[in-house]
Amino acid sequence: MNFTYQHKRISGILSVVPANEKTFLEEMRNYNFPEARSRKLMEVMGYGKHRLVEPGVCVSDLAVFGLQQLFDRGLLVPDEFDALILVTQSPDHFMPTTSSIIQGRLNLKHDLFCMDINQGCAGFLIGLMQAFMLLEQESIRKVILINADVLSRKVSPQDRNSYPLAGDAASITLVERDFNAPIIHSNLKMDGTRNEALIIPAGGFRKPSSPETAVMEDVGDNNFRAQDHLRMDGSSVFNFVQVEVPPLIESLLSTAGTTTEMIDYFICHQPNRFMLQKLADKMKIPHAKMPMNIVENFGNSSGVTIPMALCFNLANELKQRHYQCCLAGFGVGLTWSSMLMQLGHLNFCEIIDYP
Amino acid sequence: MPSLSEILNRIRPEVDFTTAQHFIEDGLLDSFDMVTLVATLDQTFGISIDGVESVPENFQSLQTIETLLQKYGVTL
Repeated sequence: MNFTYQHKRISGILSVVPANEKTFLEEMRNYNFPEARSRKLMEVMGYGKHRLVEPGVCVSDLAVFGLQQLFDRGLLVPDEFDALILVTQSPDHFMPTTSSIIQGRLNLKHDLFCMDINQGCAGFLIGLMQAFMLLEQESIRKVILINADVLSRKVSPQDRNSYPLAGDAASITLVERDFNAPIIHSNLKMDGTRNEALIIPAGGFRKPSSPETAVMEDVGDNNFRAQDHLRMDGSSVFNFVQVEVPPLIESLLSTAGTTTEMIDYFICHQPNRFMLQKLADKMKIPHAKMPMNIVENFGNSSGVTIPMALCFNLANELKQRHYQCCLAGFGVGLTWSSMLMQLGHLNFCEIIDYP
Repeated sequence: MPSLSEILNRIRPEVDFTTAQHFIEDGLLDSFDMVTLVATLDQTFGISIDGVESVPENFQSLQTIETLLQKYGVTL
């Protein structure tokens, strides 16, 4: 499915990460593996440091902290945005929407369109698409897109498949009209038949949490987790990305009448270094054009990794001039999406610590 | 240039890969070992094994790995 958007731009991005930082080396003893094998894997996958919330910290805490920082520093005026979109898979509650909680905690105006979207690794692009559509309404002048997740709270610390990669974070992206902005192209695909490749089996209405769903089980390869924990079929997800994402991006570039060489940066979701290297090699994209360093520095924070990659790698560049960027998100759903847009002259682009 | 079994033994020193036939099915290599092996083969032979070929079928035995490497012009 292809989309185009006109007269829209991103004017600022702020990423918020918990100050609490853990390293793979200090957590290695949690996994029942020989140290030499873990160290080798650390090099290949890019396990390094990751940022994790302290117990009790929720998505709205990260979002409210970030927004308040922007208000206090005069980078954002509360009454100037008319919609607040939150993309998360770890809401504060089943109900109400966490976007409403954020609105209430910051005492934002009542004329504010608040909505939550349940999406993960493609959530930055899906949130942008929603923001662009809202900006077609005259009454919506600017949209705040928040991507935030605290999924480390749902990952077993004894699951070497997932825990070393887990990261918590939020990003706040300001989206607005710009009649000088070039056309934005995007595409999106979904395949719900593969929904179990990334799933938290228990804790919803289908299988409510219970003492049974909290029991830690040996799930093979010396990993232990409960049904309340996130389960990732790593091989299936890896294969999905390698098979589906390259043709998606090639189709996007073809539709837009451009080529890989014309793109300044490919900013992809950051599952792990190995997966991104394979993706870049398959598409013949120079590694320098595709940052792969978010997992090793912050962990995989689901829909936040694309804005985080922009803030971590290109903050100064994106404040000074424009770049042609291809964004790509892929994961839970399964969902895969790409977007071609000009990014630059941002009013803010940085990463801050949540106390 | 190290032999294939030497490369494998750097990942799993305790296994005799020269006599084993079903590396994945018999649990001699898990999915993360496979990732490590692909990265090591890439580095050792200056190739980049396609992600879609990083599947268990290609890592079942010394012979299947050699067949895979031959596709990238590597002969052992």
